[in-house]
Amino acid sequence: MTLRAASTFLYRRPYWYLALLLVPPLLWFGTVYLGSLFALLAQSFYAIDEFTAQVVRQPTLATYKQLVTQPANVDIVLRTLTMAIAVTIACALIALPIAMYMARYARGRMKAFFYVGVMLPMWTSYLVKVYAWRLLLAKEGIIAWVLGKLGLMGLLDAALEAPGIGGPSLSSSYIGMFIVFVYMWLPFMILPMAAALERVPGSLLQASADLGARPGQTFRNVVLPLAIPGIAAGSVFTFSLTLGDYIIPSVVGAPGYFIGMMVYVQQGTAGNIPLAAAFSVVPIVLIFIYLSIAKRFGAFDAL
Amino acid sequence: MPSRKQYRPDQPSLLMRFGAFAGLAFMHIPVFIIILYAFTTEERTFEFPPPGLTLHWFSVAFGRSDIWQSLTLSLGVAACATAIALVLGTLSAFALARARFPAKDSLTALFVLPIALPGIITGIALLAAMKLARLDPSFFTIVAGHATFCTVIVYNNVIARLRRLPPSWVEASMDLGADGTQTLRYVLLPQVATAFLAGGMLAFALSFDEVIVTIFTAGKERTLPIWFFNELFRPRDRPVTNVVAVIVIAVTFIPILLAYYLTRPDDEHETAR
Repeated sequence: MTLRAASTFLYRRPYWYLALLLVPPLLWFGTVYLGSLFALLAQSFYAIDEFTAQVVRQPTLATYKQLVTQPANVDIVLRTLTMAIAVTIACALIALPIAMYMARYARGRMKAFFYVGVMLPMWTSYLVKVYAWRLLLAKEGIIAWVLGKLGLMGLLDAALEAPGIGGPSLSSSYIGMFIVFVYMWLPFMILPMAAALERVPGSLLQASADLGARPGQTFRNVVLPLAIPGIAAGSVFTFSLTLGDYIIPSVVGAPGYFIGMMVYVQQGTAGNIPLAAAFSVVPIVLIFIYLSIAKRFGAFDAL
Repeated sequence: MPSRKQYRPDQPSLLMRFGAFAGLAFMHIPVFIIILYAFTTEERTFEFPPPGLTLHWFSVAFGRSDIWQSLTLSLGVAACATAIALVLGTLSAFALARARFPAKDSLTALFVLPIALPGIITGIALLAAMKLARLDPSFFTIVAGHATFCTVIVYNNVIARLRRLPPSWVEASMDLGADGTQTLRYVLLPQVATAFLAGGMLAFALSFDEVIVTIFTAGKERTLPIWFFNELFRPRDRPVTNVVAVIVIAVTFIPILLAYYLTRPDDEHETAR
């Protein structure tokens, strides 16, 4: 009876009900997550004493100054940003036919096959996938073997000699890193894109065809604009995940540093938590800028 | 009359079909490669094709106590993080599914932030907080990190289900004389149960596999992914690493497949719209 009374009480007072539900998660997120983010922000305004290698707990902008004025640091930010944009574009291009096919054409079993086929690699262990790519990209690895059998070794060598993005082998070049990034985040682009395409009413395509549009025109003028929110939603993941990753750049390594690696190295061997914190503020800022752009394209309606 | 190709909107073009299947193959090849390499007789290089196949490395891996320790730690962390995430994620989903109140949008944003921001931010933030609070890394700091992003997974699954549930069902139940607890028990919970389970499975798989945040919060503890991460830079135990990779794939596939079947949209209804 008291339970019934209590539940009626709560049903009549929605704010009490809400408060009761929200208090535990808010306590957790407020202390553990937001608390940590503020701690991160606070650390970025400290600096390290160069003689004692101890963090001096006094607010200063010295760490940010170091971040912005050293050309090497600016290079790291630009390199990471370029990679994130390139990976996002490539993911969108590769994901489009897959998402189109699974959302609009596949039916029944085939559709389930595609959805499971995208979900399984997405959820397969991140490290295992990185490791697999090490095997694939290695000098005596599978890609080299396949290209050798096809007599295309010259193509690979030519690509690796390209200035800036090449390297001694695929596993130590920006090309290899780019391939791994695209592979890793592809499902994060496919799923929101497919969800957006699922929502395009079939009647619109028929109407477009009835009005004389060729398939290409229908695609460009009807399907693509309606898929934009899905692409924007997917691109948030591909962009953000690339910006923050530090394992792929260190396992599939080209010589240059990336933001994530810098954060990892600074907090670890260098012991410079303030600089690591300041570096990690950069992707936060970039992602918030990106989110505000993606929002205009309807990314949040498609999530 | 010039022959013009007839437009058939139910048929994909050849190019798209090729792109779709090639893309799908691209996503699966690395996984197959790893499974193949777990059986190779070659110890040192990544030579392809493998010169021979053997089960030897599985018995070596099962005899290693460090792997067992890491595996037990990972399973323990995943179980604790999932338990916390199920409670917190479900509570927040119930709170935010229908209600309208000021600050709702910022709360929704807060609850997806841990997966919208890269994992390294969560990791370094937790580490910064631990340093400020002079807290030593332990089992509990690992769980705290994992529970945060696992909560988001459960929240997403449960809230998606709650939003699909017509609000009229709750009203009908109340009109028919059920009180709040009865409505919860007979109407809401049966509808949400599979999404709740699926969220838990995905959270478990995610936690079991997590390395990016864990590296910052684990200190000297070695979860299975951290063990694996160390091996990546130390080629000595390559064949054993291959075997562990296959074990990790097996442990995560089961909950993920189950989660898919628990939440898969009813195909006939979906296409009949």
